[in-house]
Amino acid sequence: MGAQLREARRRIKSVQSTKKITRAMELIAASRIVKAQQRIAASRPYADAITDVVRTVTAPGVVSEDHPLTTPRETVGASALLLITSDRGLAGGYSANVLRAGEQTTARLREQGSSTVMPFLVGRKAVGFYRFRGRDVSHSWSGFSEQPSYDDAKAVADDLLENFVKGSSDGGVDEIHLVFTKFESMATQRVTVSRLLPLDPADVPETDSEEEAGQSALMEFEPEGAGVLDALLPRYLTARIYAAMLDAAASEQAARRRAMKSATDNADELIKKLTRDANAARQAEITQEIMEIVGGAEALAGAGRDQ
Amino acid sequence: MATMQVDLVAPDRMVWSGEAEFVRARTVDGEIGILPRHIPLLGVLVEAPVTIRRAGEGELVANVSGGFLSVSAEGVKILAETVEIEGETS
Repeated sequence: MGAQLREARRRIKSVQSTKKITRAMELIAASRIVKAQQRIAASRPYADAITDVVRTVTAPGVVSEDHPLTTPRETVGASALLLITSDRGLAGGYSANVLRAGEQTTARLREQGSSTVMPFLVGRKAVGFYRFRGRDVSHSWSGFSEQPSYDDAKAVADDLLENFVKGSSDGGVDEIHLVFTKFESMATQRVTVSRLLPLDPADVPETDSEEEAGQSALMEFEPEGAGVLDALLPRYLTARIYAAMLDAAASEQAARRRAMKSATDNADELIKKLTRDANAARQAEITQEIMEIVGGAEALAGAGRDQ
Repeated sequence: MATMQVDLVAPDRMVWSGEAEFVRARTVDGEIGILPRHIPLLGVLVEAPVTIRRAGEGELVANVSGGFLSVSAEGVKILAETVEIEGETS
């Protein structure tokens, strides 16, 4: 067997085994999307309920005093940027897209007057990206990007709150921004940038509960006034971060499934092309052999006539 | 006896949802009991057991690690960061 043919067959085998791996990863990711979606669905009752409560309490005229977490500061000296990426690669541009949006947001915050943009990183990919560039990675969490728990979100939220409460004059931050990949559907995931703190009551999304407007004015609070907000807003922030992590986890699997699907398709193409090459090489070899035999026979016949 | 809709919710799951006759919980201001048609209320819970007297199913006692009690015309929602079912009697 000729060297060219052997080489082509060897490559076909190697591409075939790669294809098996990417195909398996595609199927695994597809089944994990479903699980991730179930986790999103399971977290919805709490998220909706706490959102309703926050909307009720922050409605105008309910709690008279302004709360530090809802009050924009006059000058923003430093901002925090929370990036949610994955721990593992092989998910196409999933983490890269978040990191790119993070770079743009960092630039925008600097333009708006933040002298420092403090990174808060979730996922090994973000940590690697920042460490490679020699930036601060002191606020980072990883190891749970595919299956975040509420406690993971709480750890992040507590660290963010601590820095927010300190304020930029004391080495903390005045604003907190979040970049994550929103899971809109199996086919669409979008990188989303939003401000977490200070909380703008107008940003609190509507849920589909039938809570009547005006009811909040009659509501009783235990404790009165700001005490409720002190307990409520940190938990609302945690719920928002938890929801973002769950969305990001589903998006990560969807991105991985898509990346692995195109890898599998590419492997198919490559196998087709290599098979054609191998066939051509085999045919060339046969032709070559026939030519040699014919040539040899003719030479023998010619030699016989001469005698 | 009249009943009300009660939801006991943790961040990652709905723990219990159904009709109940009575809910007892402890807010920062003290113990509170909720019967159907209670006025709207938002309370901050402290770490303590919450008791739900379910309609026709006996009592459900759950330890909550603090959270909220929200009473509205729709019913009662108990939001807690961690919920541990302590006991059920039927």
